[in-house]
Amino acid sequence: MKKEHEELIESYADKLSLSVLDEVKITVPADITKEKLSKIMEEIVAAYESAKVNPGECVGLVSAESIGEPGTQMTLNTFHFAGVSEMNVTTGLPRIIEIFDAQKEIKTPTMEIYLESKYNNLDAVKKFAAKIKETLLGELVEEYSLNIFEQTLKLTLNKGLLKDYDLTGKEIIKNFKTKMKNFNLDSEDNTIIFTHKGKAEEIKELYNLKEKVKDVKIKGIKGIKQVLPVKRGGEYVILTSGTNLKEVLELDEVDSQRTFCNDIYEIYEVLGIEAARQAIINEVYKVIQAQGLNIDIRHIMLVADIMCANGIVKGVTRYGVVSEKASVLARASFETPIKHLINAALEGEVDNLTSVVENVMINQPVPLGTGLPGLVTKMK
Amino acid sequence: MTPQVHKKIESISFAIFSPKQVTDSATAKVVTPELYDREGYPVDGGLMDLRLGVIDPGLRCKTCGQKLKECPGHFGYIELARPVIHIKFVRQIYDLLRASCRSCGRILIPEENIKRYVTMLNTVGEEEGFEARRRKIKELVSKYKAKETCPHCNTRQEKIKLEKPYNFYEGEIRLSPIEVRARLEKTLNEDLEIFGFNMKEFRPEWIVLTVMQIPPVTMRPSITLESGERSEDDLTHKLGDIVRINQRLFENINAGAPEVIIEDLWDLLQYHITTFFDNEVAQLPPARHRGGQVLKTLATRLNSKEGRIRHNLAGKRTDFSARTVISPDPQIELNEVGMPKDMGMVLTVPERVTEWNKEYLRKFVENGSKKYPGANYIIKPDGKRKTITLETRDEILAELSEGYIVERHLIDGDVALFNRQPSLHRMSMMCHKIKVLPGRTFRLNPAVCNPYNADFDGDEMNLHIPQTEEARAEAKILMLVETQIISPRYGLSVVGCIHDAITGNYLLTKELVVSRVEAVDMLFSCGVNDFSVLPDKEKVDGREVFSVLLPRDFNFMGKDKSGAEVRIVNGILKTGSMDKSNLGQESGLMLRNVYEKYGAAYTADLLGKISKLGIAVLARRGFSIGIGDMDLSIDTHNEIKDTIKKAEQESLQLIDDYFKGNLEALPGRTVEETLELRILESLNRARNKSGDIAMKQVRDSAALTMARCGARGNALNIAQMTAVVGQQALRGRRIDSGFKGRTLSYFKQNDLSPKARGFIKNNFKSGLTPYEFFFGAMTGRDALMDTALRTPKSGYLYRRLSNAMQDLKVEYDGTVRDSSSKIVQFSYGEDGLDVSKTKNGVVDVKRIVQQIAGEAK
Repeated sequence: MKKEHEELIESYADKLSLSVLDEVKITVPADITKEKLSKIMEEIVAAYESAKVNPGECVGLVSAESIGEPGTQMTLNTFHFAGVSEMNVTTGLPRIIEIFDAQKEIKTPTMEIYLESKYNNLDAVKKFAAKIKETLLGELVEEYSLNIFEQTLKLTLNKGLLKDYDLTGKEIIKNFKTKMKNFNLDSEDNTIIFTHKGKAEEIKELYNLKEKVKDVKIKGIKGIKQVLPVKRGGEYVILTSGTNLKEVLELDEVDSQRTFCNDIYEIYEVLGIEAARQAIINEVYKVIQAQGLNIDIRHIMLVADIMCANGIVKGVTRYGVVSEKASVLARASFETPIKHLINAALEGEVDNLTSVVENVMINQPVPLGTGLPGLVTKMK
Repeated sequence: MTPQVHKKIESISFAIFSPKQVTDSATAKVVTPELYDREGYPVDGGLMDLRLGVIDPGLRCKTCGQKLKECPGHFGYIELARPVIHIKFVRQIYDLLRASCRSCGRILIPEENIKRYVTMLNTVGEEEGFEARRRKIKELVSKYKAKETCPHCNTRQEKIKLEKPYNFYEGEIRLSPIEVRARLEKTLNEDLEIFGFNMKEFRPEWIVLTVMQIPPVTMRPSITLESGERSEDDLTHKLGDIVRINQRLFENINAGAPEVIIEDLWDLLQYHITTFFDNEVAQLPPARHRGGQVLKTLATRLNSKEGRIRHNLAGKRTDFSARTVISPDPQIELNEVGMPKDMGMVLTVPERVTEWNKEYLRKFVENGSKKYPGANYIIKPDGKRKTITLETRDEILAELSEGYIVERHLIDGDVALFNRQPSLHRMSMMCHKIKVLPGRTFRLNPAVCNPYNADFDGDEMNLHIPQTEEARAEAKILMLVETQIISPRYGLSVVGCIHDAITGNYLLTKELVVSRVEAVDMLFSCGVNDFSVLPDKEKVDGREVFSVLLPRDFNFMGKDKSGAEVRIVNGILKTGSMDKSNLGQESGLMLRNVYEKYGAAYTADLLGKISKLGIAVLARRGFSIGIGDMDLSIDTHNEIKDTIKKAEQESLQLIDDYFKGNLEALPGRTVEETLELRILESLNRARNKSGDIAMKQVRDSAALTMARCGARGNALNIAQMTAVVGQQALRGRRIDSGFKGRTLSYFKQNDLSPKARGFIKNNFKSGLTPYEFFFGAMTGRDALMDTALRTPKSGYLYRRLSNAMQDLKVEYDGTVRDSSSKIVQFSYGEDGLDVSKTKNGVVDVKRIVQQIAGEAK
């Protein structure tokens, strides 16, 4: 494209949105004359202006309708298998509800880890995947043997697994030596022996130890339960079940700009509110696309924006977004009306009747759309 | 007419009545539980006292002198013998008791901190909203309520316990409401601000009741049964209990009865007052009628979907509405609705008599209410309403003059709002123009079924007649069907040709050649009377017939459903056929382009014409399906059989390998999963292949035509009918449960073969074997349950979303704000575009570029 053309198009930056400008650049044929281009630009500006929202448009309700109406067409109980059967992802309506509720514990937390280009070969990826997977001692143990007379617990570890994970008994001991106060640890090859320091007669303590030892993390990142490297368009991506965004992002191998997880709350805590907003949009849009539904992204943006408007992620529930409303009656008309009325009475709240339901209740025009403008006339 | 005075409510404030306000605002003091005397006349000082309002016709209110329905009712009060705790404020009382000193009544926060906290709370309230402020208060109060000694007077604090629902204990000793009230009285206003109470209009001791308001009788009307007996409202019953116990308590106290008796009565009074406010308190047995039915008291009346707030306040009902069954009428216009004549004679529109329409309106009055089109009422300038009957007609005709309002019957062209529940989006309620028709059903154009999500298997719809000029104008301009063609959800059209209309046009533009006479006939039947475009020859091509409908300067390039090019040059369809991807909803690209170029009204009109043409074509050509459409030649039949057999054998081989342990697992999966996956894959491949074979070989039948042009059905449906139904799947896998180790008792245990795990190798035409039928029923039931469980879930999600976002609007500066003017978005959707004005969410740059770039060439 000629430079002057580009400049001409750029000069419209304050009148058109970026996405429109980009599309113009792609669609305009290279051999076009300048007069025609400027004519095109004028036409586009006119089209753009005529497609703008009218003031007073109740965009919130339109968005709610646009998401709520196809909700009936979404499937329930669909799990999308991303490889291993343990690693499935909630989709469909339950996932949408999960996101809009801003639930802190989501049903199937997963991450998509992108890697820096130099680690993007099969071996490195496999190695990395093994490195981050959380391994508990219990998984490696082949046999437990309790010796009551000597007060010892002997763990025999699976040799094959040890080799896979590139570990030895000694290394494992190092990991949790500090945590074991009452026991001496010793290791030989693939065995670990715990010896009680004192002369406690109780076997119970040994039993407890056995259960406790199972859950000791010896390797990997906490919370990453499953890893699955998949090839996606020429590069390897690691899908995980279980998330730990903060620690994963700190790793050198990880491309921290593209790696994300599906836990909105975690993203909010690690990356902040703007990232959380984008995550809501992405996650909801992904579900909607998977269901083959067509909802404009603007509607989802609006929901995400209202959920994040206060700087923290709020669910679309009576404890979240709705509880923030200024109007007592609007809150009361949603859920738990009595609670709201009682609190309002104690605090002497005043409802200024600025939104919809209150005005419906008292039979006044609602301040939206055609109800917004007032008319002032001189009476004779 | 008198000038209308419009009062506008500016705001509503909430507060708590002080005992003085209660007595001052009361019109009567209730002293006796009796309701009526022997004549059935309300007793003075009883609960139905005439000063509290009237519910009987003929009586007048002693307070305001108005009659039934005019008098709004007035509050009364009773004086309680002993104070009683208000159940709804127990939480606050508990907090107050714990956070204040037992001797000096000050809050347990050191003096120097109080001021600091108050200012801190105010800033939090201003900056983060009242919710944050509330949370902060909670935090503060819980921090101090466990303090051991009072920082003001150094008294040791006892631990206060709340025994639910309303008994307070200090240590082991019970605090009576009198003591509680005394404690609350001691608190200082300045201290209480920390609790967030509005101290200008509130004192904490008011929430321990000494007097109680009696709601007006209009709020608790009694009903007279057929036997002449009166049946009182639940609230009256409850109030009767309260008054009775209260009187007894008074008497006992005055008589100096033993403390035990008084305590018991006091408790009883507390119980009655508690259940009067809320009969669903967790720890209390609910108060019941004699029959055991639970009383509906104040809290029950407000709460939930059927409560006052959601049912009566937020849910409005209207007059001038109608409901009946709907049926289709392809001849009716898109924005019309056919209405039964009988309805048109009951529903009316008010029309004001002016100098210019006097004669016109006279005719309606002359016809009276029995003859269509007539009028039912007139309204005189003084607001009096008169019924038009045979007797009054002449009198009315004589006096009818300017300024009168005639409520005339509906005539063609009146506006109405048409609605079908569930009203999930704004296209569920659109404005139609009325067409009065014989019959008893609403008639609507099949093309608008989609936005309403209606069909004609017995659906009913509602219709409303706007009564004011403003309402009619808004309906016409904002809600008319043609203004709603583009969905705000995704920016594509929601109406388009359906079913027969598509089939007809497809056949017409694809293969039909008709005589010119016939073409003219068909076109005329859909409202065309200019045939100059139709070529003057004996036989005309179907495309030429279709082109007559198109505007002369219309150019369009697109594709049909099969991917072939569709080209319209100067309003003539040159190549391609019209099918779903050009005429249908959502994808209907040709219609969409017409919409952009010629506007909504023109598109609606064109859509109507195209639909009618399609139907006219089918009516002439004939179109029908039968079981013969599904016939396959013997060769095809065998070919399909072979394909399926092969797949089955392949699966059996896999199963065999699996049992022998020869099956190799795919990476990341177990052997079992691999087996399942590979069987599924092979069976699906077989199904698709046989479907393809069937599609190819099926005679060129009507069913196939419909599937091809997208009118109804698809390749899969046809394959299932002619070739093979295929694998039945539950939750994305083959059917694997039911009995121990098998799906049905017909099979052996651990049989993994296709047929034992839900593969239906028959087709619908040949019929299913019993076990196949069972598998079909299993997936069918699963789908049914899925829908039944999903509907309430998605309904709730929708309710929450709409409640949270209903007050968001675009301001004049382009920002999106909520009702308290808090900015949510700086520009709607980041570019300020209205989805319903865009094409699938974007400005159509391509079209503009093409148009201008192509101009000179």
